[in-house]
Amino acid sequence: MLIDYLPIVFLGVFAVLFAAVNLSLTHLLGPKKPTRVKLSVYESGVQPVGDARQRFSIRFDLIAMLFIIFDIEVVFLYPWAVVFKTFAENEGSGLFILIEMLVFIGILLLGYIYAWRKGGLTWD
Amino acid sequence: MEINLLEQIVIPIIKILFIAHLLIIGVMAMIWSERRVSGWMQDRLGPNRVGPQGLLQPIADGIKFLFKEDLIPNHVDKPLYVLAPAMLLVPAMITIAVVPFGSSITIPGLENPILLQIADINIGILFILAITSLGVYGVVIGAWASNNKYSLLGGLRSSAQMISYELTLGLAIIGVLMLSSSLSLRTIAVEQGAYPWKWNFLIHFPAFLAFTTAMFAETNRLPFDLAEAEQELVAGYHTEYSSMKFAIFFMAEYMNMIVGSAVVVTLFLGGWHFFGLENVGGEGSILAGLISFAIFFIKTGIFLFVFIWVRWTLPRFRYDQLMNFGWKFLLPVTLTSIVVTGTLWVVVKENKQLWIGIGNVVAAFIVVAIVAGMLAMDNNSKSAVQSTPAAAPLRGLDAVE
Repeated sequence: MLIDYLPIVFLGVFAVLFAAVNLSLTHLLGPKKPTRVKLSVYESGVQPVGDARQRFSIRFDLIAMLFIIFDIEVVFLYPWAVVFKTFAENEGSGLFILIEMLVFIGILLLGYIYAWRKGGLTWD
Repeated sequence: MEINLLEQIVIPIIKILFIAHLLIIGVMAMIWSERRVSGWMQDRLGPNRVGPQGLLQPIADGIKFLFKEDLIPNHVDKPLYVLAPAMLLVPAMITIAVVPFGSSITIPGLENPILLQIADINIGILFILAITSLGVYGVVIGAWASNNKYSLLGGLRSSAQMISYELTLGLAIIGVLMLSSSLSLRTIAVEQGAYPWKWNFLIHFPAFLAFTTAMFAETNRLPFDLAEAEQELVAGYHTEYSSMKFAIFFMAEYMNMIVGSAVVVTLFLGGWHFFGLENVGGEGSILAGLISFAIFFIKTGIFLFVFIWVRWTLPRFRYDQLMNFGWKFLLPVTLTSIVVTGTLWVVVKENKQLWIGIGNVVAAFIVVAIVAGMLAMDNNSKSAVQSTPAAAPLRGLDAVE
């Protein structure tokens, strides 16, 4: 029922208000004495060198892509897990739904081993 | 659809105000106890001057944060910079909505019993996973908007770590879902029943450990706090933040810890159940409701203590160790746990829970042994390749002597 979600909306409003009030209160109450040094990039007290937004390791990108692939496969397991017991009890032995899942996890495992062997999971 | 004003508007709002304030007070209590317990573990006092036992210290801190200069540096992306703390805080706060913090109270005159939970939705776990992953945005956006090298590095590390361990987080729950056949946290807590030997942490012990570990990584706590490794990155993604904006990052982290502990207690440690104590005074009575809430509160508190305890026990991981651990150990262990749970449930006819519990632990040991063996082999072949050129001059020296 959609009405069940109403309290979550209320809580969301409360959370947003809490954050907004805190952020604006500190903006209003705090002193304002900016100086050039205070407003510059913090780099442990020395003059900042170059731009912060530089190239970063390709590994991070790789991890993000692997995450998306595996996470989508995990999402497919949720509906299966929820109906597992009911389905197995109705069917009798539960062998069908088990083998179905084993095939799915087998394919997932193949991809996982491939990523591992190709060095996608190694960080050095 | 007819809306019952009292039951669907007024009572939820009362519950929300109660829980939200409890959460904020909980954060203060955590800040105090973190510092006091740290002090105790390191044989020093910790803050003890503001109020009795230093109890008012978090309030003093909060007031100080409010009156500090709200500095917005020149080089930042201003809208995103201001928005980032809120983007971390709001998901952390909303997640508590689906966690049941007690049984239910029946009040005569009302149609339905009052559930001690803000919203009992049937997709509770999906909601938690969905909302907690939104927290990554707060970290990444805060780090990017700061335009600071430390922030960016911290944000990158943190986001890669959070998404890596989110897989484990999602996979570890599936075994629990299979045996409870529901995504609602209340149903899962009720299914576990009153006695500890029926709770999920024994049936799915490897999954419980994996889930807890992933929880630590998700909240950026030691031993996974590489995002803000002080010696390398100053303060990580919130280096450029000051005043209340900095405090909000901090509060969000503690809220994530509290909510995470509450979720672990619900999923694996029987929720508000404890040897039938939660039914003292009859099911649905106000006394029983209060006792169940107290049990849940104490369990969560003990788990939060473990957070601090671990902080002063385990040193920080190196980044490649962290990634290896998440991808090469936790992921296979949780996957195996699913397969073992499913197979044993179908194959074994009696004492299913007992055999699944034993099977899971045995399978986890086997998987860890295999992975450790494979990693050792990898390392051997790697060091054999690397050692040849380095060893050559040494052998030459030997020959001279």
